[in-house]
Amino acid sequence: MEQFLQQVINGISLGSIYALIALGYTMVYGIIKLINFAHGDVYMIGAYVGYFCMTSFKLGFFPSLLISMLVCAILGVTIEKIAYKPLRNATRIAVLITAIGVSLFIEYGTMFFVKPDPRSYPPLTGLMTRSFRIGNIVFSAQQILIISITVVLMVLLQFIVKKTRIGKAMRAVSLDRDAAQLMGISVDKTISFTFLIGSALAGAAGILVGIYYNSINPLMGMMPGLKAFVAAVFGGIGIIPGAMIGGYFIGLVEVMVAGYGNSMFRDAVVFAILIIILIVKPSGLLGKETREKV
Amino acid sequence: MDKLIKNTGINKLIALIVTFVIVQVLISTNIINDYIFSTLVTICINIILAASLNLITGFTGQFSLGHAGFMSIGAYTCAIITLRYSTVWGFVGGLVAGAVFAAMVGFLVGLPTLRLKGDYLAIATLGMAEIIKILFRNVLDDLTNGAAGLRGIPQFINWAWLFLFTAGSVLLISNFINSSHGRACISIREDEIASEAMGVNSTKYKVTAFVTGAFFAGIAGAIYASYFYYLKPDYFAFKKSIDILVIVVLGGMGSISGSVIAAILLALISTYLQAFPELNMVINGALFVIIMIFRPQGIMGSKELSLSLIKKWTGQFGRKNGGAA
Amino acid sequence: MPILTVNKLTKSFGGLMAVSNVSMELKKGELVGLIGPNGAGKTTVFNLLTGIYQPTSGTVTLHRDKKEEQLQGLKPYTICKKGIARTFQNIRLFKDLTVLDNVRIAMNKNVKYGLFSTFFHTRSYSDEEKEMLDKCMQLLKILKLDHKKDELAKNLPYGEQRHLEILRALATNPCILLLDEPAAGMNPAETAQLTEMIGWIRENFDLTILLIEHDMSLVMKICERIYVLDYGMVIAEGTPSEIKSNKRVIEAYLGEEMGNA
Ligand SMILES: Nc1ncnc2c1ncn2[C@@H]1O[C@H](COP(=O)(O)OP(=O)(O)OP(=O)(O)O)[C@@H](O)[C@H]1O
Ligand SMILES: [Mg+2]
Repeated sequence: MEQFLQQVINGISLGSIYALIALGYTMVYGIIKLINFAHGDVYMIGAYVGYFCMTSFKLGFFPSLLISMLVCAILGVTIEKIAYKPLRNATRIAVLITAIGVSLFIEYGTMFFVKPDPRSYPPLTGLMTRSFRIGNIVFSAQQILIISITVVLMVLLQFIVKKTRIGKAMRAVSLDRDAAQLMGISVDKTISFTFLIGSALAGAAGILVGIYYNSINPLMGMMPGLKAFVAAVFGGIGIIPGAMIGGYFIGLVEVMVAGYGNSMFRDAVVFAILIIILIVKPSGLLGKETREKV
Repeated sequence: MDKLIKNTGINKLIALIVTFVIVQVLISTNIINDYIFSTLVTICINIILAASLNLITGFTGQFSLGHAGFMSIGAYTCAIITLRYSTVWGFVGGLVAGAVFAAMVGFLVGLPTLRLKGDYLAIATLGMAEIIKILFRNVLDDLTNGAAGLRGIPQFINWAWLFLFTAGSVLLISNFINSSHGRACISIREDEIASEAMGVNSTKYKVTAFVTGAFFAGIAGAIYASYFYYLKPDYFAFKKSIDILVIVVLGGMGSISGSVIAAILLALISTYLQAFPELNMVINGALFVIIMIFRPQGIMGSKELSLSLIKKWTGQFGRKNGGAA
Repeated sequence: MPILTVNKLTKSFGGLMAVSNVSMELKKGELVGLIGPNGAGKTTVFNLLTGIYQPTSGTVTLHRDKKEEQLQGLKPYTICKKGIARTFQNIRLFKDLTVLDNVRIAMNKNVKYGLFSTFFHTRSYSDEEKEMLDKCMQLLKILKLDHKKDELAKNLPYGEQRHLEILRALATNPCILLLDEPAAGMNPAETAQLTEMIGWIRENFDLTILLIEHDMSLVMKICERIYVLDYGMVIAEGTPSEIKSNKRVIEAYLGEEMGNA
């Protein structure tokens, strides 16, 4: 039982990271119906920005977190402007291929500059190296940090989406782009803003994953990116609470498979879940079926 | 009209024989050395892979991101069989078994997943290929030697086999496309609802295209195993599927000759950039974006190179032959 | 003698009853109109008859070759094979394919040669392909589209696109043809030509036709019987003259005009 609870804690901290990335996938999908394959790479960039802030510039954890969120936000918006915006009216396949192209570009461009070898992440210092016990369950300060940062960001996101003007615009555009345009909402601005928010979250996730796994490399965005995408699909792509639920679910499953089964199979299980979900309920846990009108 | 069809057949045959003989002579005289030949093998494998993925994605409109998975099945099957039976027959048997096995997996995967559309299908096929990779790495490791990979696979591929399988695959795939069944596949890409309403069983044709594509990807994998004599699961990762897709997109979705041209072009670029593999991938990535923005239909669009050219040729030949007959 | 019997057909989308309790009967060789204000559920009836939507309840029975077959629950391609073909309100041609291919695809269901012949282009492949090509050319000639066989469907003028869609439906060799607003967007001259054509194909292809149309003069001129839908229900049925003087029908249409005004 204690071991199980311990795994749950581990699962929740990993799931937090997936949830943060999944949010970006889901928001972008919600608004322009694009699986933004480059999103995983934005998060990789976030990890590297954090790394250089903490090592080369000797900044503390929180300033590094903010800088990396900022850089990723700018990167996300730039990607949208250069690669996706010219394709607003192109076929979905065309945009998806573009996204794959952007992803390759960032991955290998980064690899060109920082070299392919993994780098070990700077360890946290002071208070954050501690751990706490409740009964026999150990919470590391690191896990608490990951979970609490995620929760704060999610609350912030909910606030933005539900309460602010731009959040309302986001919801309007994802419901019906043309109608939103007619209502005087600037669709382009709203889409840019969506990329900005999603990418900033990915930047945060990048730093957190650096802390969690202690190692980063230029292709690190691919696998967690795909898994976060699975999380988004699981919860119902386009639906913000769905991405959060999906993120925690995938995190838990992965930790459980590794803990009780064979850690070699955790990726396979995640993809098997994806395929089952797609076949049984493609619209995901919280999604609604839609049908083409003939 | 009949004569025209027959003549194009004969012309194709002549062109093929001439190509074969020329390359064979160049190999015999060592103008095509081992290094160039290995590039040639890569080109041929990529041609088969791209043509078969084009059938699924370009012609039938089913977006697959898991083609490397089928390739790996062909590669491992052929490798395991030729390691046991190290004869030409072992190789041919292994190649056929690999293709058939890939096709069977294609059927099992395709039946449930092809109900999905667009992005969802893409993601499902991606997941499928990842699962296949993990199976080869962690579950079947008694057979595949896990992550370390299989070494010392007997090499049977020479120019004759390579040519036979490449030309054969391309020919069979184009024959399929130029048939009523191929047109049914294309109609699904154009408008699935209309095509069903006109009596096309879309599930059947999607699965047919998927299985056929998987079959030929299996052949490509077997050739790969038999030439490069070393296999490891990580080679068949997501990135490999993307590489194949690059060729299809660059050549033109719905153009087999486009796939052939693009396979050659990209092989030349990557040979040129061999010292800088990252740069090569960066260029591939940029190519995707640039093509989609400025020429989404790729080099050839959905046209075939042969059509107008061959018509010209048959026009000339037809007149000469007409006199003789 | 009935060829198609529709019994209490119902379709709801969420809470919206797009079609409710519709019963209809088509007799062999008839030309029947299906009219009603916008959103009445006419296209939905077609989608139900052709299997594109599954009915919430109700049955569709085809009487053909002295057999009775239930059609509800079948896939669109099966229904097409049983002899029901249609056109679409918002033209759904295979836009990037040639005129010839559009027609040939509709003949695919009759193709007998198998996968082996497909891959190796055997004798049976070339024989059947040639036969199919001949048949297509015959059909294309009827609507004078034969000289445009190599043009892409999307490059045809609008009127010809509508014609091609009818032709494509005919190529499936149907016994019942469903036409969804074939005259929409046409000028009076084109409409007159179309009216004549519909009559002609009915005679020459031995067809039963169900026609959705907003152009009342066309409907009144060629239909033998008319069903009127409003809010998903059949509110009237009868000959054109009966329908013209039916109070409920007039109300339904007046209601629409008031609504629009
Ligand atoms: N796939 C669908 N999902 C939800 N509602 C639908 C769907 N298809 C049709 N409807 C609704 O059903 C009702 C009937 O639509 P239908 O298209 O059958 O009308 P119609 O009589 O053909 O109208 P029109 O003359 O404008 O073509 C409409 O309210 C429409 O919005
Ligand atoms: Mg309608």
